[in-house]
Amino acid sequence: MLSIKELRASVEEKTILQGLSLNIAPGEVHAIMGPNGAGKSTLGHVLAGRPGYEVLSGSVAFEDQDLLAMETEERAQAGLFLAFQYPVEIPGVSNMEFLKASVDAVRDSNNLEPLDSVTFMKRAREACKAVNLSIDFLKRGVNEGFSGGEKKRNELMQMMLLEPKLCILDETDSGLDIDALQVVAAGVNAMRSADRSFIVVTHYQRLLDYIQPDFVHVLAGGKIVRSGGKELALELESKGYAWLDGAA
Amino acid sequence: MANEHINEVIEREYTPGFTTNIESDTLPPGLDESVIRTISARKEEPQWLLEWRLDAYRRWLEMTPPEWAQVKYPPIDHNAISYFSMPKSMADKPKSLDEVDPELLATYEKLGIPLHEQAMLAGVAVDAVFDSVSVATTFRENLAEAGVIFCSISEAAREYPELVKQYLGSVVPKTDNYYAALNSAVYSDGSFVYIPKGVRCPMELSTYFRINESNTGQFERTLIIAAEGSHVSYLEGCTAPMRDENQLHAAVVELIALDDAEIKYSTVQNWYPGDAEGKGGIYNFVTKRGVAHHRAKISWTQVETGSAVTWKYPSCVLKGDDSIGEFYSVALTHNHQQADTGTKMIHLGRNTKSTIISKGISAGQSSNAYRGLVRMSPRAVGARNYTQCDSLLIGDRCAAHTFPYIESKQPTAVIEHEATTSKVSDDQLYLCQQRGIDPEKAVSMIVNGFCKEVFKELPMEFAMEAGKLLEVSLEGSVG
Repeated sequence: MLSIKELRASVEEKTILQGLSLNIAPGEVHAIMGPNGAGKSTLGHVLAGRPGYEVLSGSVAFEDQDLLAMETEERAQAGLFLAFQYPVEIPGVSNMEFLKASVDAVRDSNNLEPLDSVTFMKRAREACKAVNLSIDFLKRGVNEGFSGGEKKRNELMQMMLLEPKLCILDETDSGLDIDALQVVAAGVNAMRSADRSFIVVTHYQRLLDYIQPDFVHVLAGGKIVRSGGKELALELESKGYAWLDGAA
Repeated sequence: MANEHINEVIEREYTPGFTTNIESDTLPPGLDESVIRTISARKEEPQWLLEWRLDAYRRWLEMTPPEWAQVKYPPIDHNAISYFSMPKSMADKPKSLDEVDPELLATYEKLGIPLHEQAMLAGVAVDAVFDSVSVATTFRENLAEAGVIFCSISEAAREYPELVKQYLGSVVPKTDNYYAALNSAVYSDGSFVYIPKGVRCPMELSTYFRINESNTGQFERTLIIAAEGSHVSYLEGCTAPMRDENQLHAAVVELIALDDAEIKYSTVQNWYPGDAEGKGGIYNFVTKRGVAHHRAKISWTQVETGSAVTWKYPSCVLKGDDSIGEFYSVALTHNHQQADTGTKMIHLGRNTKSTIISKGISAGQSSNAYRGLVRMSPRAVGARNYTQCDSLLIGDRCAAHTFPYIESKQPTAVIEHEATTSKVSDDQLYLCQQRGIDPEKAVSMIVNGFCKEVFKELPMEFAMEAGKLLEVSLEGSVG
């Protein structure tokens, strides 16, 4: 699914990723943990192709494609989805209009006709229900006046609608209360399948109680310094990150 | 780094930019009394109208161009412009569409305005003005059945001289301002509308203005009179070929809504805006004003995407008690375009109401100013105004300005003013792109969302058109 080799990348001329390698097979869930400033969010944005994030060296293969050679929207169309930590508001553009444009753009890249409105609405309503968002949110401006938790659930709702191959969740759990966290986790778990992979970026082990990862990686100083199973997360929880410094 | 992304500027394609190759009868450049006499004679105008024009000209000579607007352009040499140009084939005054030069009909066809009635948008009557003359007015018979007069203003001066004499210059006096005076002296053609008492005009009326000839100005004049209790919706559209030199368009529009009448006037202005370096384009200096009598309503809706320089303030004089004025505007500037546009709401009558919704969008290196006056006279007891003025910036080299003027001499009057300025941010574009939407589509979606409140005021057929126009105008505004 995804193969990252020796990736080095900078933001505003500061090198953040310092030779990161990671392999993700279809169906796997990888959790990425690590201290503040380790480059966790940067990894998500570099993979998504955020303007201003510069790749210095290394390679990323997404299925058979050279991900780094693709435009931001092409990556999305190819099935890469990033659930944002801080989704921005787009006033005046309704969530529905935005989602329709998004779904149709992805379909168009796969040579599919735009989704008819009835089917689209049906799917959009189902997705809202799955993340416990009122369908009134479809009529509101994209993220406009949404609370922190509503924004996160709105991201998840879009993810469900777009059915991506690779889902990157950038601290989707931050700022969520335990109920919302369970809703998000249930949504992710429902989407798990043999051909869909997840990268779950998180600060806290808590989320991993609900989303069981296949692998846990510790990112520090722009590199993966330790990898393991879900027990690694528990170890981090009790010991903190300091004990890893030697390994970094 | 961030703004580079948004800022990669614009190669907009201006599809109406073609030229029609026809032989034209064009007066040599220059302006003096003999030119005015010639225009008047060509149009077989009554003597009083010639006198009226000459008086305007003499007064214009003593006036100076306005300099208060937030726009910059070199002084215009009024002697380098030709003040009258018409296709030679129009000299014989074709009686019907069959006699009109096919080349002219093809021009409108290409612009998406077929003049053959069977091919037209159902329910829209069109007056097509080419340079200085009206080429054709469609559906006249259908309209005549309802008692509606819709013809070129030249024809009106011959056929309905009393109406023209009574109302011409009654809303915009010939010395109102420099360009209005010039227009009064040399106006060439435009539309005339009269809706009789109690009549609801059975179709949308529309005028399509086209400048074709080089080195000419277009000075159109539109006069709309809605008699007591009548109702009319009118739309104008404008385009011109791409030329390196600037061309002057100085129009005057006068609306008269008598007691209980309603006039809805919509404009989709897409004059040639000049190229990406700011070369060429139309100077659009326009005076538009309406008078609303008791309980009458005048509503201006404009979508302004074209012209190199725009100077335009469609206004309402709310003369009668309980009259209503509305102004809905989308003004988009790109590349080196400059716009200084807004409205004036003059509340004279009691319980008069006005609403102003202005959406300014600036991209490239353009400058976009809203300038609006709300005046409550001592008599305007219980009058209300609500103004909302929003600016959207695309990129970091453009400018948005807001100049609201509020004058109230009536303590019971209520005036509200809200203003916002926002930016199409890199983060918004990134969110869209991450969802698979390409940046151009994203910008157009964001801009359309921003303009929604105004687009819903346009007649339905044209709301779609306006949305598409914005899309084209923003082409290449992101990289």
